[in-house]
Order: sequence, then C-alpha cells, then structure tokens
Amino acid sequence: MSYRSTVKAILFRLSIVVFSCFFVVAVASAQEGRAIFNQKCATCHALDKKVVGPPLSGFESKGPWSDRQKLYEWVRNPFAFREKDAYVQNLIKEYNGVVMTGNADLTDAQIDAIVDYINNPPVAKKPDTPGEQKVPESDNTLLFGLLTLILAVIALTLLQVNSNLRKMSDDKEGIPAQEPVPFYRNKMYIALTIIALFVLGGYLTIQGAVGLGRQTNYEPEQPIYYSHKVHAGINQISCLYCHTGAQQGKQALIPSVNVCMNCHMAVNEYTKGPDLYKADGSQVNGTAEIKKLYEYAGWDEATQSYTGKGKPIEWVRIHNLPDHVYFNHSQHVVVGEQQCQTCHGNITEMDEVKQFSDLSMGWCINCHRTTKVQFDNKFYSIYEKFHEDIRNKKIDSVTVEMIGGLECQKCHY
Amino acid sequence: MEQKKYWQNLGELNNTEGYQKLLNDEFQEDLPLVEDRKGLLDAKAPRRDFLKYVGFSTAAAAIAAGCEMPVRKSIPYLNKPESLTPGEAQYYATTYTAEGEVVPLVAKVRDGRPIKVDGNPDSLLTGNSGGSSARVQASVLDLYDTARLRYPVEMVNGEPKEVPLFDAIDKKIAGEIGGNVVLLTSTVNSPSTKQVISEFFAKFPAGRHVQYDAISYSGILEANQASYGKRAIPSYHFDKAKVIIGLDADFLGTWLSSEEFATQYAAGRKIDDANLQMSKHIQFEGILSLTGANADDRFLHKPSESGAVALNILAKLGGNVSAPALQDEKLKKGIDMAVSFINSNKGASLVVSGSNDPAVQVVVNAINELAGSNGTTISWSNPAQTKLGVDSEMAQLVADMKSGSVQTLLIQEANPAYNYPDAEGFKEGLAKVKLSVSFNDRADETSALCNYIIPHHHYLESWGDAEGRTAFISFQQPTISPLFKTRYFQTSLLKWSGNNTDYEDYFRNYWITKLGSESALDQALQNGIMEPAAETITAAPYSDAGLAEAASKAGALKGGEGLEVVLYQKVSLGSGAAANNPWLQEMPDPISRATWDNYAMISYDLAKELNIKLDDHYEVEVHKPVVEFTIDGKVVELPILAIPGMHPRVIAIAVGYGRSEGAGIAANAVGYNAYPLVKIEGGNRKYVNEASAYKKLSGTYDIAYTQTHNQYEGRKEVVKEYSLADYKKNPDHIVHEREHLAKDFAPKTHNFRDDATLYPVYEFPGAHWGMSIDLNACMGCGACTIACTAENNVSVVGKSEVLRAHEMHWLRIDRYYASYRDNTEGDNLNVVFMPMLCQHCDNAPCENVCPVSATNHSTEGLNQMAYNRCIGTRYCANNCPYKVRRFNWADYTGADSFGDNQKTTGVGKLDPAVFQMNEDLTRMVLNPDVTVRSRGVIEKCSFCVQRLQDAKLKAKKENDPSLIRDVKTACMQACSTNAIVFGNVNDKESRIYKVRNEEQKRRTYYALEMIHVLPNVSYLAKIRNTDRPVGVVNGSHANEAAAAENAHG
Repeated sequence: MSYRSTVKAILFRLSIVVFSCFFVVAVASAQEGRAIFNQKCATCHALDKKVVGPPLSGFESKGPWSDRQKLYEWVRNPFAFREKDAYVQNLIKEYNGVVMTGNADLTDAQIDAIVDYINNPPVAKKPDTPGEQKVPESDNTLLFGLLTLILAVIALTLLQVNSNLRKMSDDKEGIPAQEPVPFYRNKMYIALTIIALFVLGGYLTIQGAVGLGRQTNYEPEQPIYYSHKVHAGINQISCLYCHTGAQQGKQALIPSVNVCMNCHMAVNEYTKGPDLYKADGSQVNGTAEIKKLYEYAGWDEATQSYTGKGKPIEWVRIHNLPDHVYFNHSQHVVVGEQQCQTCHGNITEMDEVKQFSDLSMGWCINCHRTTKVQFDNKFYSIYEKFHEDIRNKKIDSVTVEMIGGLECQKCHY
Repeated sequence: MEQKKYWQNLGELNNTEGYQKLLNDEFQEDLPLVEDRKGLLDAKAPRRDFLKYVGFSTAAAAIAAGCEMPVRKSIPYLNKPESLTPGEAQYYATTYTAEGEVVPLVAKVRDGRPIKVDGNPDSLLTGNSGGSSARVQASVLDLYDTARLRYPVEMVNGEPKEVPLFDAIDKKIAGEIGGNVVLLTSTVNSPSTKQVISEFFAKFPAGRHVQYDAISYSGILEANQASYGKRAIPSYHFDKAKVIIGLDADFLGTWLSSEEFATQYAAGRKIDDANLQMSKHIQFEGILSLTGANADDRFLHKPSESGAVALNILAKLGGNVSAPALQDEKLKKGIDMAVSFINSNKGASLVVSGSNDPAVQVVVNAINELAGSNGTTISWSNPAQTKLGVDSEMAQLVADMKSGSVQTLLIQEANPAYNYPDAEGFKEGLAKVKLSVSFNDRADETSALCNYIIPHHHYLESWGDAEGRTAFISFQQPTISPLFKTRYFQTSLLKWSGNNTDYEDYFRNYWITKLGSESALDQALQNGIMEPAAETITAAPYSDAGLAEAASKAGALKGGEGLEVVLYQKVSLGSGAAANNPWLQEMPDPISRATWDNYAMISYDLAKELNIKLDDHYEVEVHKPVVEFTIDGKVVELPILAIPGMHPRVIAIAVGYGRSEGAGIAANAVGYNAYPLVKIEGGNRKYVNEASAYKKLSGTYDIAYTQTHNQYEGRKEVVKEYSLADYKKNPDHIVHEREHLAKDFAPKTHNFRDDATLYPVYEFPGAHWGMSIDLNACMGCGACTIACTAENNVSVVGKSEVLRAHEMHWLRIDRYYASYRDNTEGDNLNVVFMPMLCQHCDNAPCENVCPVSATNHSTEGLNQMAYNRCIGTRYCANNCPYKVRRFNWADYTGADSFGDNQKTTGVGKLDPAVFQMNEDLTRMVLNPDVTVRSRGVIEKCSFCVQRLQDAKLKAKKENDPSLIRDVKTACMQACSTNAIVFGNVNDKESRIYKVRNEEQKRRTYYALEMIHVLPNVSYLAKIRNTDRPVGVVNGSHANEAAAAENAHG
C-alpha cells in the first residue's frame, strides 16, 4: 500500500470514529429516533393506539421497562426475554400469541433515540399555505429580449441614417437620386425576414420533432392520491422500503398492495400532515385516499381482516423508456451508487410524482460522460491499465465513458 | 483452376457460371421496390410512385406528430410472492419427456413464462455437460403451440365440440367405459404413472396396457431377451471405447439417447498436446447420416446387407457362424479393418446397430461378447427405459381391434393413425372400438378419429417423474400454470377407476412415502434428479442359444440389384411428433442443409442413371427434379436431392413429415408421410424397403435448402483438417503457418496483429470477449442453432423466404464435403462441420462501410449492432467476409406499426408459419431482454450480449471479477460435446485463454486470418483418425496468404 493510500485509509477511519462519537452524543435525539421508529417499529406500533402491537406512549411506566437494560435485551431478542418475564408473557397472550420481531442490529444509542422520540413526539404543525413560499427564480429572458429589441431599433435607425447620409452626399455630388423604396418592398429586408422566419421555423420544427415522445413534467392523475412528500419527505421512509427492486433488478418496482398495508393497517387516517392539493388546486382528503387503498387491498377495518376481495391498483406509468432500451436500476443504485434524486428529481418535495428528466438518450449520455465510476469495486480490477494510470497519476478518476458507457450495446440489444 | 478440396455444393466444386454469379451477388435479388424489377427509373410511373411515397411519408409523419403518447399502466401485484422480483429470471429444474425420451433440464422462467430450457448439468444423463439437442431446445415453443387443444372436446361427426366441464365428460365416460379396456401409450417410464396404471387395471382386470413407440426399438429388445434374458436396452459408454463400430446406427443424431452419446463420444475424441489419442470410429451404412459424417472411415452397403456385414465381422472375429460372401471389395476391406481394430482393442470397443431386426441384433450381441464389450463399454447395471414398445403387442392390438374385441381404447402420446405402417388397419379397428379417448395435446391424425380428446398438460406445466435409466430418476415441476383447460391423463385414469385423487397429490404422496418426508421431496424437486453418484458398469450373463438361428436369418441375402429405400429420422424433427414447431422445420438438416421438406436423397450415380443434370438449374436455382418411385406397390412422387456419400443403389426418405391439418399450421402438408413405406416383416417394423420401379417426371419442385447461401466469395477453404498421423508427425503445422503469415505481413516486427495493417490499433482495457470452437468435437447436430434462435428471438421466415436466401439464423453450421481429386463420391468422402457466426472482428470490414455507424466496435471486442440506427443499406453484409449478417426483408415478427410491411414483393404474403409465430400465444416465448427486430434492419450474432451484461452486473454487485468466468453464450450452453468455449481473453485464468494459448495452441486457427480482420472467434482444426489422405495433400498449406491474395485480386 502506498504512503498516500495509507494516509487516506487512516483519515477515513479517523473520520468514522469522530463521526460515530458525534452520532452517539448529538444525534440521539427525538428527530433521529423518529426515523428509526418509522423504519423499524411503525409497521406494528403506533404511539397512541393499538395496532398489531400495543401503543407505546408512556410505556416506561408499565412492566419492567423502566429498566433500560431489560428494554435493550427485549428489543434485540424478544424470544429469549419472553422466557423470564411474566409481564411480557401476559402481553403476548393478550395479543394472540404474536411475539415482536427482534431487532438485533439496533445499538443502545438507537434504542435510546427511539425512546426519546416516544416520550417527546414532535408536535405536527400545519403550514398555512398549500405550497411553499417560492423564491422567484431570476429570469433574464425579458431583459435579453428588451436589449435585443433596442439593439434592433438602433440598427434599423443607423441603417436609415446611413442611407439618408448617402442620399445627401449623392445629392451633393449631383448623382441623381433613385426613387426611394419603402422598407417593406426593400428586397434586402424581405430576404432577411424570410431567412429569419426559416431559421426560426426550422428550429421549432426540429425541437418539436426531437421532443416527440418525451414527457418531461408528465404528471398524470393517479387512482389514489399518493404523496411522496408525505411518505418519503415528512415521514422519511426510505425509498428502498417500497421500491425494493431498485437494488435487485431492472425495475425499481411500484410496491404491491401488501407493502402499503404493512403500515396502513395502523395508519388509517391522515390528520397530522399538511393539507394536500392536486395539481389543479383542489384539496384532497387524505383519509379518504387511505380508504381507497383499503378498498383495493380488500381490508375490512371493522374486523381488522382481509376480505379476500382485493384487486391490484392500476397506477399510471410515468417513466417510460422505449422497448429497445435496456435500463437496470440495480446497476445505477447499487453499483453506481447513484441517488434516486439524480434522475427522479427532488421526489421528497413532490406530492403526486411528475417526470423530472426527459429520459432522452442525450441526457443519459451526458451523465455517462461526466459520472465517475466507483472504481474501488473489485470487479474493475480487470481494468489493469486504468489502475496503473491512476497510480502514475496520469488520470485521477475513471468516467463511465472510459469503460465503454457510451457504446451502443450497453443499452441496446 | 485448381480443384477445391473442401466444397459445399456442386457449383462450388465445378465452378459453374451460376455459382460465379452467386458469388458476385451477396443478395440474390434487387431491392423489392418495383414489382417488374426493371429498376426505379425504368419503371412505368416512377414520378407518380415517388409522389405517392412522399405523400405517404408526410402523412405518416403528420399523424405521428399529431398523436398523443398513450397512457400506459403499471400494475403491481396485489400480494407479491417474496421470492420473486419482476424482471429477474428464475430457474427451475424439470425434465423433458417425449415418447419415452428423458432429458433432465433447467428451465428459465421470466415473469411467469418459461422461455428457455437447457440440460441439467448435474445429471449424468446429459453427461454433466448441460447440453441438449435441437428438439429439446425447441420444446419450449411447443408449450405455446397454437394447435394445442384449449379444452376437452367430444368429436361429433368429425367436428370437435367443447365439453365445458370435466365432470360432464367424466360422467359420460363412466357410462361407456368397460369391457376390454386397452391403454395405448408411448413408452411409460414414470414410476408414479406406472403405479396409476396398475391401479387402473386392478379396476379393469380384463384390460391391458400396450406401449407403442413411433420409432420401434423392438428388435434390440427381443434380441437382448434372447442373448441376455432381459427385454431391455443396456446403457452404452462411448467414452470408454477406443474403437466404435456403427452399423446403420445414427447414434449421434437420432438413435436412442443421442445427446448423451454425443457427450461420451466427444470425450473420446478430444485431443490435446498432453494426450495425442483419440478413438477410432468406423461406420457402415447405406446413407450419409450425421454419425457417418463424423466417422473416421465410412463404408457403404445396402440395407439388405446389414445382416451380412454383421455376420462377416462376427465370423472374422472368430465367431462360430458362416457368413455370406460379400461382393464389394471396399466393403470387405472395411470389415477387415473393423475386425483388426476390435482385435487389438478387446474390452475397449463397442459395436452398435440401428437395425430393428432381432436377428441382426443377436449377431451384434455376439460380436460385442467376443469383443469383450459386455461389462466394459456396455453396462447392464442401469439399463435404459426410454424405449419399451414391442412390435408384436401392437400388431396383436390392431388385430384385436379389427376383430371387435376391444371395447375401450385410451390413447396417450401415441399417434398410430399417422406413424403406424398399417395405419389403415388401425383406423379400421378404431372404428369398431366402442369408446375411444385420446389424451394427446391436439386433434392429430389419431385423436381426430376418437370419441373424446381430453388433452394432457405440456411437460413444462406438469408435475411428474421419469426413470430414463433404472435408478436414474428425474422430476418434473410446473414452470407455469396450465395455459389451457387441460388435465393430467393420470388424473383421468384415477378418476375412472374410482379414485378421486388428483395426480398432483398422488405424485406427491407417492414420493413422500418413498423418500420419507415432504422436505426430502422438495429437495429432490429442487435438484431435479436423483441419480447414482457415479456410473457403475456391470456385465450380464450371455447366452448364445439363439445365435445359430439368428445367423441363418440375418445371413439370408435379400434383394438383388434393385433400389433399396432407407426410412430415416431427421435430426431436427425426429419421429415427427414435434412437426408443428417452426424452429425445427426451419432448421437446416445437417447433411442436406434443406429446410421445410422431406425428399429422396440419392447418389450422384443414380442421378446420372436417371438422366438428371446436376447443373445450375438444380443447384443454384434450386429447382429439384421429381422422381416417381414405386415402393411396395405404392406410387410415390418425391423431389430428389443428390448427396455424395450415398450408396449408389440406396435412396433415403425422412419420416415425420406430411402431417394432417390437426397437427398445426406449420406442420400441415409439409413434405410427405413416409411411415406407410415402413415394412412389417416377421412381426417387426423395418425401416427399409425396396423400390421396384422409378422414373424421372418432367416437373420440378423447389426445396428450400441453404447449401448455396452465404458463400465466401471464392476465398480459400476456411476449414482445416488433418489426419491423426499427419498431426502427430507435424503438430506445429498451423503454428508455422501463422508465423509465416506474420513474417509476410509484418516483416519487421512479426507482430501480425498490430503491424500488418494501416488501421489504428485499439486497446481492450477491460474484458475482451472471445470464443473457441473445436471442429473435432462439433458433430453438426444443430442444437446451438436452435438455442440461439430461442435466446435471441431469431425470426422464422417460412419456406418461401428461405428459397430466396432470406433465412435469419445467426449461427449456421456449414457442411463441407472433402474429396480427393477425381473421387467425389461414396466412401471416399469426408464431411466437416463448421459452426459459422459473427466473428466479431476487431478490424471489422462491416463497421467501416456503415454510413450511419449503426454497427461499430465496443471496448470489449464486440461488433455491435444498433438496430434503431440501421437504415438498411446492407453494405455491411456485402462487405462481411464470413457472410453472417442477416437482413430483415419483411416484417417477420409483426413488430412494425405498419401492417403492410408483412407483405413481400415476389411471394406476396408470408407463409402461414410466420404468422403462427406472431400469434399472441406464440410470442410468449420471446426473450424480453432481446429486442424484436423490425423490417429493413440488419441483425447478427451479438455474442449473447444480454448474458454478458448480466454476468458483469452480477460480478459488480458481488464485488468479484472472477464471476464473469461463468458466463455462457446460448450456443455454448446447448452444446452437448463442449465444442464451444467462451470467455474473457484478457483473463489469464479463463478457459478461453488457456485453450487458445496453452492447451490447444497448436490446433488454434482463425478463419481467413490472412485478410487481417482479426476475428474474435478461433477454431481448433479437425483431426481425423484415419490412414486415408486428409486435408490438402500436396502440402500447399504454406502459401495460404499468397493464395488468398490471388483469390482477392
């Protein structure tokens, strides 16, 4: 290992240590606890009502839970703990023998954070306006247009002045003046106008043709008003919790209804989040949308059971690639370590999803030109030459283009 | 001009005018723009046509521009099964079973649809090769066959009428079934089914079970009964044999378990520096079979002499028999040769015979006994169970039916009304049967005559088991829910015998009891097989009691100078049960290279005698003369194909053709049904006959054969072949030749790759894909062609288009004849098979000429083809030296939005078989990872780039570059002889690197290397274990480069 990479490695490890200390001390807050709670617990627990498991508000006053050590033990291995605690055994009996799933991977600090969150849930505040206060983007089009117009007028005036001056000098020298031609019959002006119109028309036609079949900003109405902002933004549910395919294969996958029901068995009303509005401005009743989900899932709220009469949801597909394009999510998410937002935009701010990128070939290619490959993946060890070039400092990184990312048969076969 | 050593067709051999024209024209016709073929400018109204085209395209563009994007739906599961990721393939172990044949498989399932099957590499039955045959590869298409019955039917006045409920049909049958119940099936080797059948007959004790095979192996079964006391077929071990003698047995193509034998055979013929040994294969036959084409030495005899040949071998080996004298000197020499090789390899030789005459097989058993094969190359520890039908039982059944003593006939997977020689007798008897029920999957020749058809599931929809050899159990598990309202025939049998268990439960219970637990069964299903850990080879006690009688029967020379007929199976269609499979119909026959037909193969001598001129009209323009034969009193008109290597007095006709309408669109009326020509003699079906008269008719018939397509522009031979002796003497011949080439073209550096060119040298920083094909292991069976078709959605074009050289196969197997100067015929013929696919040249001539850069090179050495960029100039195909690029002359796949693109000028509509492939049902077989090509674009082999990309992704996800060593192209995976090796040449640990640079360096060569296109496919020269002169005798190999220049200039 070279000196440089040794230093790098040490720095890296040091930063991890520093970061973890920071984590334990500062991040063990209710805020962090909520994220962990949503990820690990919310499937079966709510704070103030009975779901699959008991409500958690004020749980520390019950049973053995004032003893934090016992709590740790229970969370990590409920089956072992069950054997030695009568309170827990009764509780399990009350809940039809269902034992909590163990979370062996949670650290003490993380469990503390969850408890913090349970004890001090943040008070949901409702924003007053539906949208956010938008900072008006600086748009220079008007300015440039005005400038162009002024310049054009000046140019025309100058041309006119020029021709007047020539006429005057001609008069002076006694050359007989030609009959003045009005500008609309001046061949020069007509030719210029035609050329300008031709260029503009051609430009618009080509732009239109290129745009055929592209659907940037496509935001169709969906069978259920599903807000990514509420789920991924406010509640910070990981994208991969629902879109499991993104790590496994080609399609990211729209989750099946049973995945929705993992949480929505418990979350049966929409009360705390901001008001929801459709693209046309009409307000949406979140609770009614959840009922729609129950309809699809065949979930009977009264009996808390499935009727068996469910049907799949026919979502409108937003991101369409032509059939002759091969795209694989896992290649980009797992291997390339790309963020979902790179292609899908700031999804956590969108209520109903709209298409962010134009998904054109040029757009793919441009990204492949500039994006750096995660070259520490051992697979790339077969690129001996590039590794040598990096060692010799001929290049500092490898882009997707350099390993053939622009070639036809990377995506078309 | 010097006569060619290796030639594909007569035009090439004689260098005729028509052939010269063929070489000049890459495409055999002009652009199909104008009907009268005068060219665009001379046409009647080019201006108006032009305006029409312009108007149409403007309108089309306007419409396209005005259309909105359609709203597409994305519908996830309601409840997603946890183990399933949509878009990712799943693999299930299952088993191919057809007419007793058993091949353990792994089926690839994409989003619920099985789309590809390959041999199970864990099974000894596939020789651990994972290979399979063309028919197995194509069987996945049979699942989506449009001719399958979609519900049970009752035949009313010859018309099928749907019976909506199984209960209704069961009730009706319960009222009618009874009396003498006969269950007629092809060979049953499923243990659980056998138990179902025995329970069924416990209820109907008067009945019986008759097994009937379309192609009879009764002779060998009866002979083994006489010689070994067992009515069974032993397992053969060609890998253990140093001497293999084939007597009319096409064991590499169609005889018994040919894919298993091919693996074993190839194992004995692999040759490398460490081991300069290979087996010796001598074939005695009357026609040129696939096996004969691979033999080291071949001797011709008439079918009537097969007994005499066997007896002569036996007598010379010291058997106590008197052998009739043979006239043919060459044949006698061949027998002496065979005998001397057997004598010097006692205990390591194997004699197999394809005859269905028990007498001949008894003699063959005696030979094997003397040769010490019993217990060395022939094993009785796990005899084969694939063919159990005995001819006399079937004959008895037909007699009983005719006499009216059969009241109920149940038929499963048997079609005697089509493939029994006495089909008329069978039909007559069937009319007298009170209740007849067929479980066949379609209203074929037999089922159409039954009272009811209750279709059985396809094997990919079924639970089941099979015992291909005793104690070799293979399991079936469904890879898809039944597509149609079909039912296990076992369930019907159970129901009718009063047991309401479904066969699925019955099967599970049967095996849970046997294996002890449900988890054991699940494990067995996951493995797909339960086999002994290794082969055990044991002998069976032999008795020569029947030999004397058999010898006198076999020795009786029948027939005189008359013409004899051999009825053979084609490698593609086999018995003809899968005749409605367009992939198989369009697969060129390995020998004749013909598609979509059967015909009479005759020798050149006979053609001369019939006054048939084998000129350009015959060869280049493919109008084949028609000959009328009188065979057994039946008058048959057949087109002829003259084939070198046929016995002068023998003609060959393939069975399996001439199916009825009920068999399906692709099979209907293709070719002629030759089964009625099969002779029943002494109770046995014999696949030989005599033609008492023959005459040439005036008409001609077009046979779509691909022999003259894709020629190498007259360049020198691309195959290399040596005799074993020559190779041992000078193993570095090829190495020297290549060094010579380097010296010539790069005199300073001798670096042929980099310095023999004007073009820049490219680097391949990561992977550099390459393939090596061993011509010594390639048997020409064509499994790779079909595997490629299945993997890459290669379209079927139909006979009319093949006739116009429009076939689309990405991988063809070129068949070369090699002969010596004046002797182009008979037993002095060598045949070499050479798989030819895109060579992925690193200096590719096709890439330079594409005006739109639709074909270009990747940094991994792939010659890429971007279909959406292609504008169809076809310059690339013109400039390809190997002729491996294919043009979509019409919309064969139905992929275009314009329906008119399926019309083609000249032939009008495409053949019905093409439309069969375009049905929604059939299209379910398409591989979703590969684009379906539309009209007007070029396509070709991609090295299965979808598999390469997938393998790389897997390796990246696992963080392990060695994983890409596992990648297999479809052709490589399907090859049962492991002739194809593929991998990353930059990786010094890969198989391909080792084969090219270490193990087989001396046999490695590139096709047309001297034109410096730098192919990524290398070949290993063929070695033939013979004393005859092989290859180019005059030692003119060294001037290859100069010769190439001459051919060029």
